[in-house]
Amino acid sequence: MAFMKKTPKANRRSPFAAILVMAAALALTGGGYAAVTATAEEAASNSSVYTAAQIEEGKKLFLANCASCHGSNAEGTSAAPTLIGVGAASVEFQVATGRMPGQASGPQLEKKPVQFTEEQITAMAAYVSTLAPGPAVPTDEMVAADGDSTRGGELFRINCAMCHNAVGAGGALTEGKFAPALKGVESRHIYEAMLTGPQNMPVFNDANLTPEDKKDIITYLKYVESNPSAGGYELANLGPVVEGLFAWVFILGLIIAITIWLGAKSN
Amino acid sequence: MSNAVSAPKKGGFLAGTANYLDERVGVAGILKEFGRKVFPDHWSFMLGEVALYSFLVLLLSGTFLTFFFQPSMEPVIYEGVYGPLKGAEMSIAYASTLDISFEVRGGLLMRQVHHWSALLFVAAAGLHMLRVFFTGAFRKPREINWLVGVVLFVLGMGGGFTGYSLPDDLLSGNGLRIIDGMIKGVPVVGAYISSLLFGGEFPGEAIVARLYGLHILLIPALILIFIVIHLFMVVIHKHTHYSGPGRKDSNVVGYPLMPVYVAKAGGFFFIVFGVIALIAATFTINPVWNYGGYDPSPVSAGTQPDWYIGWADGALRLAPSHLEVTAGGVTWSWNILLPIIVLVIFLALVALYPFIEAWVTGDKREHHVLDRPRNAPTRTAIGAAGVTFYAVLWAGAATDLIATNFKLSLNQVLTSMQILLILGPIFAYIVTKRTCLSLQRKDREIVLHGRETGRIVRLPHGEYVEIHEPLDEFEQWKLVDFVDYAPTLARPNSKGKITVAARMRSALSRFYFEDRIAPVTQGELDAAHHDHAAVESAPKKAVTSKKATPKKK
Repeated sequence: MAFMKKTPKANRRSPFAAILVMAAALALTGGGYAAVTATAEEAASNSSVYTAAQIEEGKKLFLANCASCHGSNAEGTSAAPTLIGVGAASVEFQVATGRMPGQASGPQLEKKPVQFTEEQITAMAAYVSTLAPGPAVPTDEMVAADGDSTRGGELFRINCAMCHNAVGAGGALTEGKFAPALKGVESRHIYEAMLTGPQNMPVFNDANLTPEDKKDIITYLKYVESNPSAGGYELANLGPVVEGLFAWVFILGLIIAITIWLGAKSN
Repeated sequence: MSNAVSAPKKGGFLAGTANYLDERVGVAGILKEFGRKVFPDHWSFMLGEVALYSFLVLLLSGTFLTFFFQPSMEPVIYEGVYGPLKGAEMSIAYASTLDISFEVRGGLLMRQVHHWSALLFVAAAGLHMLRVFFTGAFRKPREINWLVGVVLFVLGMGGGFTGYSLPDDLLSGNGLRIIDGMIKGVPVVGAYISSLLFGGEFPGEAIVARLYGLHILLIPALILIFIVIHLFMVVIHKHTHYSGPGRKDSNVVGYPLMPVYVAKAGGFFFIVFGVIALIAATFTINPVWNYGGYDPSPVSAGTQPDWYIGWADGALRLAPSHLEVTAGGVTWSWNILLPIIVLVIFLALVALYPFIEAWVTGDKREHHVLDRPRNAPTRTAIGAAGVTFYAVLWAGAATDLIATNFKLSLNQVLTSMQILLILGPIFAYIVTKRTCLSLQRKDREIVLHGRETGRIVRLPHGEYVEIHEPLDEFEQWKLVDFVDYAPTLARPNSKGKITVAARMRSALSRFYFEDRIAPVTQGELDAAHHDHAAVESAPKKAVTSKKATPKKK
């Protein structure tokens, strides 16, 4: 190269080289980070924009109802995890299914009657979403059961059925924990659970199951829920154990009653 | 055989037909022989019949299903009517099962009839076996028929499992995967057997068609043959009967086949069929559409076999983990081998029990009068222990459902069942044996002193006594008529040596008969009645113990 021939020490690095490399690295890291957080923030803010009044109300509710375990700055304590970055979706799932505020310690928090109004839940979600970016509450369009139920069924069997059973009848986990039945669970809560992975459930983020995948899964579950079995009463969809018990108790029981009638002496 | 060489008989169409048949195949003789076969009446004698009738229902509904089922594992795209599977890739076997369920007229009903009657078939057979066991109906001359029955029970399990695996849905595929794992757990040959069975690596493309061949041809044929042998032996041996006045080892008290039992049994078939049809029309069984086509990657929670394989699944679940050892370059998966060994030993003990008991008692007599379970305390207790062992294994297949439905910890349920599997049978043995002995004591008391009437009488000198009402001889018969064994001593053989076998036999004999309540003897009865004569003015009756000659009915 002509440029290299002109300089006497052609093979020596320029003193600016190190600075240039460092600057490039910094720009890449910082820019990349900014880009990633920007997408996260975008995700966080695409469902709704909360008003300052909501955030203020949410903070009050938080301090009154949650702070004793989660810390007054939601930083977490030995009793409960931090809520910084869990996002509005997590708050809505936990509070709107009644799991939070938790009442008793046990293997896992179960759903119970909801303690707050919808406005209050939104306010708390608004407050927690201001602490750090996190998964947002899905829109009604995102959870509408109008996707592809075949694809949803396949995704459900691959990702969810090992704990929740093939049609979402629920199943056991270790040490008294369990995967709850999904019948009657609201679509948005199913979506939020996948997004935030409450308790023992893994997180299925948007890279793992895209919003479209999640919609398909909800479509499948809603199909199964709203279409009763073609074969008659379902025996809770719990499979062969219940069928076996039914055969022993009811069919054989009925037949034994008949044999006793037939074997009885006619008086 | 009738020799109808006389002039053509006159009569209507029926008589004409009967005569025609008699002259050619000797129906009259056959009917005379079979029509007079006597069967005793008792509800528990109908359990085997229930199994037989559910098998007939299985044959009928199964034939219908073969018209539409295609045992091929070739992949197709489902284009049927069931929404959440439309467009999914699946095997032809699964697609045709869905078609039977949704598109063939009456197909779903037939599938459900077939499946419910399969559950009933094995359940009724199992209950029938328990009846035979607890009443001692397996004793000489029926030991071989007991063996035939055990074979039928195992064949029933085989028929059920091969059928369960045919739809090629997620549930049946998971079941086959477990079988594949068990086969592969057998050292050295396991992998080869698995490869040959599945035609390559699991799941392969051959297994459904192979199981189909077994399910619709070999296994039903074997079941049919063994049912014929089973019933043939019932005819040869004649039916057993419960102890009662006039019922002896040398007779059968009951009604003849023609016309009573032909009508009763024929009607009963339709009742069983009707019950199955009713249940099949109202209750879903194995909703295959819920599970999707088989894919080796997913497993659904709550994946269990049908009830009769449950005890094997339970054995696998209850086996302690971390039992694998490597020796001689081979991995010995004892957590798989141990359950298999336990299951095989259990079945072997069940099959051999009549021979074991006959060896211990040394009883070579024929027995046609059934034991009341309390009168054979050790056998009844062994049976109760066996039932408990089986039941714990069986419940072991449902640990997850027990845990979620009763809000328990899965781990604790599993550990409790492991403990229960060992302690449960021991506890059941002790409780049952003590209960039997107490019931025998109660019987003895009633025979000797009569029933308590609750009437308290004050005697002239101030003593209060309760009036006991003596039994009539019909009731007494039932309470005193049983075989009594006493423990035997080990005897030296012809060389004057006491063999190990003789010692074992004597030890077992002690185990069986050390605690025993002897039946009331005539002498005891006379003495007891003499004592009471002062108080009770009821007329004494001659007792008919088994030693006394019973009166003919």
